[in-house]
Amino acid sequence: MSSYSITEPSKPQKWIAGSLVIAYALITLMPLLWIIATGFKSPADSIAYPPKVFFTPTLEGYVNLFTTRTRQTAEFLAANPPQTWYAEIVAKYDMVIAGPSRFGERFLNSVIIGFGSTFLSIFLGTLAAYAFSRFKVPLKDDLLFFILSTRMMPPIAVAIPIFLMFRQLGLSDTHLGMILLYTAVNLSLSVWLLKGFIDEIPQEYEEAALIDGYTRFQAFYKVVLPQAATGIASTAIFCLIFAWNEYAFAVLLTSGNAQTAPPFIPTIIGTAGQDWPAVAAGATLFLMPVMVFTILLRKHLLRGITFGAVRK
Amino acid sequence: MSRTSPDRVARATPGPVARRLTGLSDRAIAWIFVAPTIFLLLAINIFPLIWTLRLSFTNMRVNRPNEPVEWVGLRNYQRILNDSGIWETMQATAHFLFWTLALQILIGFTLAWLINRKFRGNDLWTTIIVLPMMLSPAVVGNFWTFLYQPQIGLFNYVVGFLSGADPSSFSMIADVRLAPWAIIIVDTWMWTPFVMLICLAGLRSIPESIYEAAECDRASKWRQFWTITVPMVLPFLMLAVLFRGIENFKMFDLVVQLTGGGPGNTTEVTSINLKREAFEKWRTGYSSAYAIILFVTVFGLASIYVKALNKVKSR
Repeated sequence: MSSYSITEPSKPQKWIAGSLVIAYALITLMPLLWIIATGFKSPADSIAYPPKVFFTPTLEGYVNLFTTRTRQTAEFLAANPPQTWYAEIVAKYDMVIAGPSRFGERFLNSVIIGFGSTFLSIFLGTLAAYAFSRFKVPLKDDLLFFILSTRMMPPIAVAIPIFLMFRQLGLSDTHLGMILLYTAVNLSLSVWLLKGFIDEIPQEYEEAALIDGYTRFQAFYKVVLPQAATGIASTAIFCLIFAWNEYAFAVLLTSGNAQTAPPFIPTIIGTAGQDWPAVAAGATLFLMPVMVFTILLRKHLLRGITFGAVRK
Repeated sequence: MSRTSPDRVARATPGPVARRLTGLSDRAIAWIFVAPTIFLLLAINIFPLIWTLRLSFTNMRVNRPNEPVEWVGLRNYQRILNDSGIWETMQATAHFLFWTLALQILIGFTLAWLINRKFRGNDLWTTIIVLPMMLSPAVVGNFWTFLYQPQIGLFNYVVGFLSGADPSSFSMIADVRLAPWAIIIVDTWMWTPFVMLICLAGLRSIPESIYEAAECDRASKWRQFWTITVPMVLPFLMLAVLFRGIENFKMFDLVVQLTGGGPGNTTEVTSINLKREAFEKWRTGYSSAYAIILFVTVFGLASIYVKALNKVKSR
C-alpha cells in the first residue's frame, strides 16, 4: 500500500474511467468509419435499410469519383466489351466512361494552394517570430495582438472587399490569389506559434555564435533554425491543415479554375441526388492525410490549436 | 552597460571580422524580418476591413456596376438594427453558441477528468477522440446530412434502435424543431475534443502535492474537487470558451453544408445570413455595415472576456 501515492486513482476507478472513455471514443469514431465504409459500398448497399454493416466491398464509389459516365444501349455495350476493370464496373449499369471527372484537378488545387500558402506563411512567420522573440520591436505587444486579432474576423466579413480587390488585380479564381489569402490568414497562427518555439531556444547559443564571428543572419539560419526545426515542422502542419480544410473563402472566391476540394466534394452527384459512395470515397481520400498528420502531431496538438497559449 | 555583446566583440576583433559583425544592425534586421508579415496583413486583412467600413456608408451593389454609388451615411446601420430578421438570426446564433459551449464544456471536462485517471492506453484513446476536430467541417458536415437521412441514415437508425421510434418518422434537417439540434450535435462531436485537451492540460498542471496536503487535512474527495480541481482548471476552461466562442460565432462551413440555414431560416446563423445578403442578394453596402457590426461585436465581447480571464488567472 505504502508504495502507492495517496492521490493515485484506485484500480476499479481506472477501470471505470477507461471503459467510459473508450465507449466515447468508439461512438465518436463511428461517423468516420462510416465514411470509409460507405466509400466501398455499391450505391444500392449505401442506401439499404437497415444500414448495412457487412457488405461486399466494391470500388464503384472510387470509379465514379474519378470519372464521368454516359448511358449506352445494350447493343453498344455488347459490341464494345469493356477493356479495363473500371470500365467493367460501370458496364454493369449500362454505362461507359466518358472521361475523367474534375476531382483530380480539385484535389491537386488543394495540394498546390495548401503547400504554397504553408510555405509562405512559415517563411514569413519564422522571420517575424524571430524578430519578435529576440529584438526590441517598437509596439511589440500591440503588433502581436494586431496579428492575432486578424483571426477574429468572420471570413465573410472581409470576403466582400477581397472579392472586389481580387477582381481588380486579376487574382480572382487564381492559385496565387488563394495562396496569398490563406497565407494572410495563417500568419497569425504561424507567428504566434513560432514565437513560442523560438522563445524556448536559449539565447546563449546565438550569443556564442556571434562571438565566434557569425553575423546575425548566419546565427539565425545556422543556429536558431536547426534548433527550431521541430517547432517549424509542427507549425507547418497546422497551417497546411487549415488551408486544406478552408471552405468559406474557397466557395466564395473560386469557381472554375482554382476551386479546392472542400467546395467540390459536396457537389458530387449521381443519377438521383448525391452519389454517396463517390462522396464518401472523395471524403476518405481528402480526410485521410489530415488524420495521419493528427496522429503524428499529437504531442503538439494542444499548442497548435490554442495558438501557443497552452503548452504542455 | 548598454553595449550588446557583439558590439564589445566587434571592438576587440580586427578589421574584416568587425565589419561582418556590424554589417546590419539588429534594429534593421528586426524591421526587415517583421515588415513582410505586417505588409501582407495590412494588404489582405486591414485594407479590406477599411474598405468594408467605407462601403458600409454607401448603397453600392456589386451586381449593378453601372448604377451610381450614393453616400447614405448611417442609414444601413439604422436599417440593420431595426431589422427583425437580423434579431432572429442573432437568436439562432445565441442558441447555437449557448448549447454548443454548454455541451462541450460538460462532456469535454468530464472526459478530461476521466482520462486523467491515467488508465492504461489513455494516450491512444485520447488521440482517437481528437480526430474529428482536425477534419474539414464542410466535407464532414456534408456527410452528416447522409447520416441524418430518415430511414437510411445511420444516426436515425441508431436513435430509432435505442428509443424505439421509427427511424423514418423524424428528420433532423427538415424539421424546424430538430434542425438547430442537428448542427449542435455535429459541432459538439467535432469540437468537444478541443475543450477536452485544454482541460486535460489544466488538470495535469495541478501539482500532486496540493491533493496530498488536502488528503492530510482529511478533506473529502468532493471538497477537493470543488476547492482545488475546479478553480485550478477554470482559467484553462475559460480559454477554451474564448476560442470556441469566437469560432462558433463565425461558424459558416459546417452549417452551410448541414442545413444551409434552413428549414426556412431556423438555423440561419449570422455568417450564413451575411453571406445571403452579400453574395445572393448582392446588397453590398448593407452587408458591409452588417459585417462591421459583427466584427465590432466579436472584438468587443472578446476584449471584455480577455479582461475577465486575466483577472481569474491572476487570482
